[in-house]
Amino acid sequence: MSKIVVDPITRIEGHLRVEAEVSGGKISNAWVSGTMFRGIETILKGRDPRDAWYWTQRFCGVCTTVHSIASIRAVEDALKIPVPPNAQLIRNIIIAIQNTQDHVIHFYHLHALDWVDITSGLKADPVKTAQLAASISDWPNNSPTYFKAVQDKVKAFVGSGRLGPFANAYWGHPAYKLPPEANLMATAHYLEALEWQKDIIKIHAILGSKNPHPQTFLVGGMSIPIDPDSQNALNADKLIEIKRLLHKAQEFVEKVYIPDLLAVASFYKDWAGIGAGVGNYMCYPEFPDANGKPWLPGGAILNRDISKVVPLDQKKITEHVEHSWYQDAGSEGKGLHPWEGSSEPNYTGPKPPYQYLDTDKKYSWVKAPRYEEKPMEVGPLSRVLVAYVSGHKETKAAVDLVLKKLGVGPEALFSTLGRTGARGIDCLVIAQQAPKWLDELIGNIAKGDLRIHSNELWDPATWPAEAHGYGWHEAPRGGLGHWIKIKDQKILNYQAVVPSTWNASPRDAKGQAGPYEAALLGTPVADPEKPLEILRTIHSFDPCLACAVHVLDATGREMVRVKAS
Amino acid sequence: MSKTRTEARDDTELSISQILKERGVSRRDFLKFCSTVTAALALPPSFAPSVAQALDEVKRPPLVWLEFQGCTGDSEALLRSANPTVAEIILDILSVDYHETIMAAAGHQAEAALDKTITDYKGKYFAVIEGSIPMKDGGVFGCVGGKSNLERARQVCGGAAATIAIGNCASYGGIPAAAPNPTGAVGVKEAVPGATVINLPGCPCNADNLTATIVHYLVFNKIPALDGHGRPLFAYGKRIHDNCERRPHFDAGQYVEHWGDDGHRKGYCLYKMGCKGPATFHNCPTQRYNEKTAWPIGSGHPCVGCAEPQFWDVMSPMYKRLPNVPGFGIEHTADAIGLGLAAGAAGAFVVHGALSAMRKDKEPGEDTKED
Repeated sequence: MSKIVVDPITRIEGHLRVEAEVSGGKISNAWVSGTMFRGIETILKGRDPRDAWYWTQRFCGVCTTVHSIASIRAVEDALKIPVPPNAQLIRNIIIAIQNTQDHVIHFYHLHALDWVDITSGLKADPVKTAQLAASISDWPNNSPTYFKAVQDKVKAFVGSGRLGPFANAYWGHPAYKLPPEANLMATAHYLEALEWQKDIIKIHAILGSKNPHPQTFLVGGMSIPIDPDSQNALNADKLIEIKRLLHKAQEFVEKVYIPDLLAVASFYKDWAGIGAGVGNYMCYPEFPDANGKPWLPGGAILNRDISKVVPLDQKKITEHVEHSWYQDAGSEGKGLHPWEGSSEPNYTGPKPPYQYLDTDKKYSWVKAPRYEEKPMEVGPLSRVLVAYVSGHKETKAAVDLVLKKLGVGPEALFSTLGRTGARGIDCLVIAQQAPKWLDELIGNIAKGDLRIHSNELWDPATWPAEAHGYGWHEAPRGGLGHWIKIKDQKILNYQAVVPSTWNASPRDAKGQAGPYEAALLGTPVADPEKPLEILRTIHSFDPCLACAVHVLDATGREMVRVKAS
Repeated sequence: MSKTRTEARDDTELSISQILKERGVSRRDFLKFCSTVTAALALPPSFAPSVAQALDEVKRPPLVWLEFQGCTGDSEALLRSANPTVAEIILDILSVDYHETIMAAAGHQAEAALDKTITDYKGKYFAVIEGSIPMKDGGVFGCVGGKSNLERARQVCGGAAATIAIGNCASYGGIPAAAPNPTGAVGVKEAVPGATVINLPGCPCNADNLTATIVHYLVFNKIPALDGHGRPLFAYGKRIHDNCERRPHFDAGQYVEHWGDDGHRKGYCLYKMGCKGPATFHNCPTQRYNEKTAWPIGSGHPCVGCAEPQFWDVMSPMYKRLPNVPGFGIEHTADAIGLGLAAGAAGAFVVHGALSAMRKDKEPGEDTKED
């Protein structure tokens, strides 16, 4: 048996480390650690609750917007502040385009290199590549000339001898299965998606002033004014531009992302049996209409039982710190609900520089959230499963289409490949829905409704002396919750339980592993010096953290160190 | 032009414009890029040919990008840089040898790439640091590969031609350094005092300013002139308030009173809603974001002062308006107005007490009371 450590795991947001034991070429045990802490929840204490969205947005600059949404919902819930329909629709469009952009970036720029060998594409025949591309999509860029130009560009880059961000990767690894033509096609779309994402995210700039970190959220609505007769407000000119960009987003997802996803997946069907994880899936309701009724349902699926969806109760969410570097006061052996939680650091790990963490004790800055004491996976797979089982029409159609094209059953979704596929399904369904919210917004404006904010409870003097609330949001990476307690117009306690906290959870008081840890079990590792397979399963979750990989034996002695080529 | 691995050559032997030509970037697009950068540098358009000429001669320098206590917002900003071709040009004109968010390699292979660059190009590479550096308890709050952020920063920044602290966290500690600063977070200059550091604050930094800073170095062979807070004057030399498109409404006494009111829809001044533009030095009004699509004040939200040191404490609460905004003019820089702006005082009101004391004679006649 040998122990593998991954640090840094790249192509993620943040700092994440994996230590895993390998037995018979497969992972038999794994520990996941978040290695960076900032203490923003502590810093929030005593601040103005109306500012919280702006502070918490800095939890993450990748899924920028998501903490804003969860935070304003938490404050609005606590203070019973209504949100005008136009603000609700603007938020939905912002969420939708965040989701669309984030998933495409994840697929091409963070995950694809686990499946696509860029250097193999240099051997491709551009004519055959164009034929392959034409067989799966009528995307206009699919021509021999186009693919030849991309190939020449990559050849010049490789020829320079300085590969920049593409240096030292696992090129040529035996686990890469795509033919050269498919590799060239994916490489071309890697570059194309880089340009595309900059354009479509301008919707955030129009509605939110900039991206990353949009700046037009407000407790009680939005601060982007609406007025068809003003050049300083959301007017017809800007609405038409949003419409064009939403169309551009949808078209790329339909004609590039989904066809590429299916093409790549068809070569990696063995990964439909790897990386299942904890088997419990949870998502929150999302995309409220004017009455607050969600377009996507929330709920949980337990033990992979897709015969029913279990309704959620936020009171059943707790966080454990048995194996996390926080103080235990009040939570020895059990979890605390976020309203009662604290995030006081208590580091007991090794002094840096270190080689290994003491995984029997505390080993991560990530807490262990549990629902009814169970570890839960969150993210696109959970969202898609809950919607599918709930009979959500658009999701069901997309899931059936993908399963049919790949010739697999719904059980294939419980896997590394299923997680990657579900992300595409989620992206497609939401990208197709977003233009409908824009049409609804335009309809409201046409009727003369220009309201974007409810002012009545803006002044803190109107608030009760004490209040508490929570805000749920389905971020691209999954269920996000913010919990707030307000006293005397100030924040008394603030706790966020974010998607990667659920998924990157360490062990809890009962020793139950988190989703990453569980999903790594059984993952094959063909070459311990190049643990590409670990990246595949970890990246399938789209982690929002940062990490590293070393390979060690069970006694802690380093067995193999990954060498630079 | 295609070369195989066996014919590999070192790109440092080629000028940036030669490399761009090989990559299929036309001369026209290259000159357009030079014009954009010239504008970002606040240089007159007549400087564009000089920029182009310099890049015709400059070789492709390596760059390593380290993230510490950050949120990756500045890396994301890089990917959205204003001119559609700028991100691509940055990847081409520089050799980005280490950047955890985008690089293909992981683990020790990633670390080896970093070590190779800082050894082979000692004194010649750029370091970009995103995120603050935790100093408390031996740096246990931020580790990569088992090494503390401070240890890495000392190693990497010490040998760099110049270190660019991107965003407010790397510049001044940012949000982790806000009171009570649980991790002892500081900016790069404070953590590695011996390094040559250029601060590009903002939350996140405007990527145009990063591109312009690098080009400035390549063109003029020196770092740009900095203010007392380590910020390039070309981007942080003037107050938001002085270049704001809503300034005429401030001067005319036309203010937004409530979100979504008539004045808000017409683009009136956001001063009463808490705008920190009068106390913030940044080129947002002219550079804007996402290919000049928008910027916060333009979209109806007050400036929060994110380019100022300790803005999280000094400029909050966000919607509380500055008590008195004196009407001193556009000729003042942060240094001229005084250190009070960024003294790290526990509230905007101390700062603005100092400001109004300086210019009692020019206070606006109204709005002297607190909300």
